[in-house]
Amino acid sequence: MVNSPSDAFVALRQLSLSYGQGDVSTPALKGVDVAIAKGEFASIVGPSGCGKSSLMKVVTGIMPPTEGEVWVNGAKVTGPLKIVGMAFQHPTLLPWRTALENVMLPLEVVEPHKHLIKKERGKYRQKALDILAAVGLAGFEDKLPRQLSGGMQQRVSLCRALIHDPQLLMLDEPFGALDAFTREELWDVLQNLWLDRKFTVILVTHDLREAVYLSDTVHVMSNRPGHIFASRVIPRTHLRTLDTTASTEFNEAVQELREHIWRLRTQ
Amino acid sequence: MEAENAMKTRWLERSAPYLIIVAFFLVWEIVCVVFSIKEFILPRPTVILASVFKYHDALAFHSLHTLFTTAVGFVAAVVGGIFLGVLVGSSRLLYVGLYPMLIGFNSVPKVAIVPILVIWVGIGTVPAIITAFITSFFPVTVNVATGLATLEPELEDVLRTLGATKMEILRKVGIPRTLPYLFASLKVVITLAFVGSVISETIASNEGIGYLILTASARFDVPLVFAALLLVSVMGIGMYAIFAAIETRTTGWATQRVNGTT
Repeated sequence: MVNSPSDAFVALRQLSLSYGQGDVSTPALKGVDVAIAKGEFASIVGPSGCGKSSLMKVVTGIMPPTEGEVWVNGAKVTGPLKIVGMAFQHPTLLPWRTALENVMLPLEVVEPHKHLIKKERGKYRQKALDILAAVGLAGFEDKLPRQLSGGMQQRVSLCRALIHDPQLLMLDEPFGALDAFTREELWDVLQNLWLDRKFTVILVTHDLREAVYLSDTVHVMSNRPGHIFASRVIPRTHLRTLDTTASTEFNEAVQELREHIWRLRTQ
Repeated sequence: MEAENAMKTRWLERSAPYLIIVAFFLVWEIVCVVFSIKEFILPRPTVILASVFKYHDALAFHSLHTLFTTAVGFVAAVVGGIFLGVLVGSSRLLYVGLYPMLIGFNSVPKVAIVPILVIWVGIGTVPAIITAFITSFFPVTVNVATGLATLEPELEDVLRTLGATKMEILRKVGIPRTLPYLFASLKVVITLAFVGSVISETIASNEGIGYLILTASARFDVPLVFAALLLVSVMGIGMYAIFAAIETRTTGWATQRVNGTT
């Protein structure tokens, strides 16, 4: 948790976003204030259609805010961020590339790797193999996406988001399309990657258990136009495992967030 | 037993096209004999085949000529279609702006263009090439443009935050993604190109299958007309097979069924 915005790695100040202009404009976000510390795992939860995905676009600089400011790593965001990795509900892998080649895609595009990759192909290849192994995909590097299950494709997508060592990982409901068992498996995969590499994460999700399981802080977003309605710190005392989900603290936190969401839905 | 059945099904699948072609000609032959249809109305397949052998020199000369004009028009259409398709597909403004005009051009019957071409470039090979080009150009453009325009927006976001330029997105994602669309259009377009060149040869040429058909029908040599049509079909199937083979080799990832899932 951050006390003053100046220590924040990601700071959103009175952020508003509207689609369209003039009379036909629809507000998506209104007055969002969030501060996220470096290395923090933050989640944003909210009822569907509350503008969570719009928030992702603004934070990464793909879309400029209508009002307010986004600060990332001490600089005001004015265009697409270069230090960010992204993964979505749909794995968006390139079907003609193998798992390994998909993971290596960012390295062929992003500076400074794109100039180095020709000379040091072997080194970069090993880096991609290592991260694939870290998510349990050793031996699957030469498979095409269609030969992999949905959960495996999502693991590859996570690897692609992290291969260039981004400081900020943006996840937009990354496990939303997976079955419950695979989803819980991937929570641990993500937790391990995060513990290992200590990047900052913003996870957008509508799964409250997922948010509590993974996060340091969970922010609840209101209905459209979205703003932060409540924030809940989830103390991290030890490595979270599936046993954690049976604990009283875990279930209290989930219940508290659920009540917030219910209040928002019945408003 | 199961495996045997599966093999039988596969054998049937592979030989089905040949069986159907043979059956088609067999029924044709029988109908002509049974109803004693006159040769200059509908010649029997065996008579057509005899005509192919009888006139094999002329048929070879004219079909090679048609194959040449078709191929030149086709290649020009593919090159031009890819170029315009990339342009139209990568800019929303051009897509919206150019599309209605392209549809307008494509709606003009190609037969109607040939007399105009004759005024501009004379008769013979050139108008045939141009007609083949015009018939094939549009489907290639549309398919390439569609392939590019339907890029997943999320993937584009990923690449843009990595600092990818428009050219890089096009090269790494846009073009490979468009290849299946392109090949799907090529298979259709090669047959359309034959239609274009033969139409033009029928109206304004002294060479090619179209010209041969016109002169043969003027002499009521209907078996030769059918022999010429048969050769156009054979060339069409041949070209189609070539592009289908290239397609499976280069873009198998898009057409092959899922196998070896683990």
